[in-house]
Amino acid sequence: MKLCRVIGTAVATAHHPAYDGHKVMLVRPEGPGGEPAGTGFIAVDHAQAGPGDRVLVLTEGNGVRQILGKEAGPVRSIIVGIVDHVDVGP
Amino acid sequence: MYLGEVIGTVVAERKAEGLTGAKLMLVQPLDEQRRAVGPRQVAVDTVRAGVGDFVYLVGSREAALACDPTFVPVDAAIVGIIDDLHRTAP
Repeated sequence: MKLCRVIGTAVATAHHPAYDGHKVMLVRPEGPGGEPAGTGFIAVDHAQAGPGDRVLVLTEGNGVRQILGKEAGPVRSIIVGIVDHVDVGP
Repeated sequence: MYLGEVIGTVVAERKAEGLTGAKLMLVQPLDEQRRAVGPRQVAVDTVRAGVGDFVYLVGSREAALACDPTFVPVDAAIVGIIDDLHRTAP
């Protein structure tokens, strides 16, 4: 999973039916200290995340399908947790 | 999933079986600030997108799952047209 920050929300009236009823968020990968670490991308929300939240994003299709309970769907990234804190060892 | 802008259409008369009827678009992937990132690519359209549309796409195997039938040789699919992207962080 990727450690990311929710930096926005997207509204898409025309979308694939697999996205019906799902909130679509803009997330950006970040390092353990909160520094941006990669290009922002789109993820479906499955953790009631909101803007500014630090989240755990799963980016593997099979895992996503297990969570959404669908046999097949064009969804590849999903927010699966809200991170409270990260401890980095010495 | 990732952001992109539709910048053109692609016509290919002779193509792999399974791609028949697929609408192919030329897309420029974008980052969270809507800046171009990476090379342009060809994606199959599932949401009737047009040139100039701001969209989100799904890549890899999940792209094929956006199509009907699902076992088609594609690795990028447009799955949503973004009406509004509300960014809450820079």
